[in-house]
Amino acid sequence: MSRTEATTQFETVIGLEVHVELSTETKMFCACRVTFGEPPNTHVCPVCLGLPGALPVPNRRAVEFAVRAALALHCEIAPVTKFDRKNYHYPDLPKGYQISQYDRPLGTGGYLDVPLPEGGVRRVRIRRLHLEEDAGKSLHDPRLGTLVDLNRAGVPLIEIVSEPDLRSPEEARAYLQELRNVMLYAGVSDVKMEEGSLRCDANISIRPAGSREFGALVEIKNMNSFRSVKQALEYEAERQRALVLSGERVERETRHWNERAGRTTPSRSKEEAHDYRYFPDPDLVPLRIDAEWVESIRRSLPELPAQRRARYEGLGLSAYDAAVLVDERPLADFFDACLALGADAKQAANWLMVELQGLLNEKGRELSATRLTPEGLVALLRLIEEGTITGRIAKEIFPEMVESGADPRSLVEARGLSQIADREELLRVVREVLAQHPAAVEDYRKGKTNALGFLVGQVMKATRGRANPGLANELVRRVLEE
Amino acid sequence: MNLHELTAHEVRNRVARREVSAEEVARAFLERRDAVEERLQAFITPLDAEAVLSQARAVDEALARGESAGLLCGVPVAVKDNICTAGLRTTCASRLLADWVPPYDATVVRRLRRAGAVIVGKTNMDEFAMGSSTENSAFFPTRNPWDPRRVPGGSSGGSAAAVAAGAAALALGSDTGGSIRQPAALCGVVGLKPTYGRVSRYGLVAFASSLDQIGPLARDVTDAALALAVIAGRDPLDATSAPEPPGDYLAALERGVRGLRIGAPREMFEAEGVDPAVRDLTVAALETLAELGAAVEECRLPTATAGLDAYYIVAPAEASSNLARYDGVRYGLRVPGADIVEMFERTRGRGFGPEVRRRIMLGTFALSAGYYDAYYRRAQQVRARIRREFEEAFERFDLLASPTSPTVAFPLGERTADPLAMYASDICTVTANLAGIPAISLPCGFEGGLPAGLQLMAPPFQEERLLAAAAAYERATGWHRRRPPLGLIASAGEGGA
Ligand SMILES: [Zn+2]
Repeated sequence: MSRTEATTQFETVIGLEVHVELSTETKMFCACRVTFGEPPNTHVCPVCLGLPGALPVPNRRAVEFAVRAALALHCEIAPVTKFDRKNYHYPDLPKGYQISQYDRPLGTGGYLDVPLPEGGVRRVRIRRLHLEEDAGKSLHDPRLGTLVDLNRAGVPLIEIVSEPDLRSPEEARAYLQELRNVMLYAGVSDVKMEEGSLRCDANISIRPAGSREFGALVEIKNMNSFRSVKQALEYEAERQRALVLSGERVERETRHWNERAGRTTPSRSKEEAHDYRYFPDPDLVPLRIDAEWVESIRRSLPELPAQRRARYEGLGLSAYDAAVLVDERPLADFFDACLALGADAKQAANWLMVELQGLLNEKGRELSATRLTPEGLVALLRLIEEGTITGRIAKEIFPEMVESGADPRSLVEARGLSQIADREELLRVVREVLAQHPAAVEDYRKGKTNALGFLVGQVMKATRGRANPGLANELVRRVLEE
Repeated sequence: MNLHELTAHEVRNRVARREVSAEEVARAFLERRDAVEERLQAFITPLDAEAVLSQARAVDEALARGESAGLLCGVPVAVKDNICTAGLRTTCASRLLADWVPPYDATVVRRLRRAGAVIVGKTNMDEFAMGSSTENSAFFPTRNPWDPRRVPGGSSGGSAAAVAAGAAALALGSDTGGSIRQPAALCGVVGLKPTYGRVSRYGLVAFASSLDQIGPLARDVTDAALALAVIAGRDPLDATSAPEPPGDYLAALERGVRGLRIGAPREMFEAEGVDPAVRDLTVAALETLAELGAAVEECRLPTATAGLDAYYIVAPAEASSNLARYDGVRYGLRVPGADIVEMFERTRGRGFGPEVRRRIMLGTFALSAGYYDAYYRRAQQVRARIRREFEEAFERFDLLASPTSPTVAFPLGERTADPLAMYASDICTVTANLAGIPAISLPCGFEGGLPAGLQLMAPPFQEERLLAAAAAYERATGWHRRRPPLGLIASAGEGGA
């Protein structure tokens, strides 16, 4: 019994292989445009169709993007790298081989600092980053059979392989989130998992806590969202744990995540038995990466997520708020634009994360689909700050600004929504309200002080929320004391 | 003199001076082509008369408009059937591509057209350029114009036979291990393999990408220089094409051979299978070069004979990958199967001939896990050593010389059952491909009525030196002026008796 208990303490060891499609204008080895969702086989040419006689010519921009991505992950850039052929037959692989990089990848030895959900940071080492071309897509039609669309064939990809440094499915999810952020902020990809521009395979094993050995490695494929990565890994870790506990062995194999069934199943393809027969691609010459060019790319790297989070925290935002903003790049960029217009960081963050996010969630929309401008939001904040409108009025007109992009000042003027801060004017209203509610006045005078709140509320109602709340409070109290 | 007996530069000059129209030239070559084709079968796709004549008329019209005459204006050119021609089927002599029509022109074809050439057809070859006799064509063998019982050499056998017989004034071939030079030698014409990277490979259906190079087969050295001037140069569509500017190949023809140091690698003269008669003709050619003022000396290239072994690892390895695309999915032959794997297997099993299948298997094996180091990596090491040996040799010599082919043309069928005997045809030629250097084959005499070839090799991008020496030799000997006894072909039966 005690032995079993001792071995129930397992550690999960995870490494991820992530493919990221680079958002270059044109493909890796030809001049076809990189597109998504276009009619099949409309962005193809002799090169990406693999026609006899056609030859690949590397896209310098793709190499630049790959260098940028590698630098953002703190990799060493190889001064000389080369392309190799990975040979296998598949209907959507036009040449019968994929041009990839085998033993001399573009980038090696990097790392990514991953903020963990429970706080703290996990440094995940990056083993390698290499450049390759994407394959096409096979479409299975019940009547027509298998059809092949080669629009995606030849789109530049980088493959990023981590060391097995992740210790839970949740950490794996956090790593993906941060990697996605880095690629997005580095400007090399739109990293949309649902469009396939970010794809992830995982290696997972378990071992008794404290052990230095690794357990049998299982490769998991076919995870199509961040959520499915976490679910698949949770399922798999549990499956392996159960096997070990029942005295069975974990097989080294490739398994498929079946989203619908919620479990992993052994892969039918003989992936592991596959011999890709890599050899240097004789159609391409070794790629010399000029050190000065690398430095100029390094200098031009934009602010990366970790730096941006630190900057936001420096402005007084909580670590959580900073992370939420940075994870949603359009929101963070909007926030920065507000800061540039002189907005108060905390106020702007609050409006974006509470009011705006609430509206967006409610309507299932994205920021880019609204008409809200940083100028509009900053003007609104200023109206509150100046005391021209109350917070309540601001919240009232905000949805309209989001919808139509209307200027808050014009809205306030057109509808007479500015705050009543004039003592005489407000005093008149207070007297009228008190006259209409003699019972409440009576209650207050008998010592029920909560009647004050009711009466102030009635004043706000009578002014449709325009009364300055402090002043209204003061005047009600004064008249009651008279 | 009949127009079809003119060399390419003679045709070009007469058409440019408007002494004769490109259309008249085209008619003369068409007539000749059709007269000899039944016996030679040099063409897989001879262009029909109208398609040829309309190109010629376009040349005449351009000249009439006062446009400047291109370097090949009005010259009838045959193109090996592994070089893509837009709208004109390009089969590689394979069942797999029997009906494949490329949507694009190879860079060399674009350059030919721009220079005013008139394409007369696509020539026969060994399937995917794998062979040394043109007997591996999936369609039919081509015959040697000097003796129709014998092979024209290969793999550019159709191009060599067409030029030798006057069915075209000039032809393009491709050379991976000798596929331009060996058939040139066996058919008594000039064949030039340029430096690797000198001519764009874009549109050349790949056999072994690190060895393949397009070059001309011509009636004389001047024509070879003319063709090279048209097709050489950097091509942004081929990442392996060289940035070095092309030389002035026509001017080089007058430079002569005086003062050049020529090395004769003993290994290539004494290699197994070199016919003594061919060796004697080559030695005589070296004596002629010495009389013309060259300093000829024996030298050593110890690794040269290992070149054949390295070649027959590297070339099949690259081929096994280059030919993976013929799977029946997108173009070419498709033999349906129960599932995709069966479709792949049947398409490739039936589409490729036995020699292509053999080389795909050899190459796949050489690249396989556990064998890569022993075969592919080792072959690359041998290749590197051969390169170094050539570099060292070229420190002492301006050119190297050898027989092109160890024998004269051999009878059809003699070696088809023995691949190793067939591979031995390439013993003197493969090293130039492995080292990436330029080499030329010149007619250097006859043995039993069959032509033999002298091979000259030069350092990378020294085509001018190669052409200068070749032109001097040619002027001094005149072997290239001999024409095959085609009267015999026209009247002789299959046996040629
Ligand atoms: Zn393309």
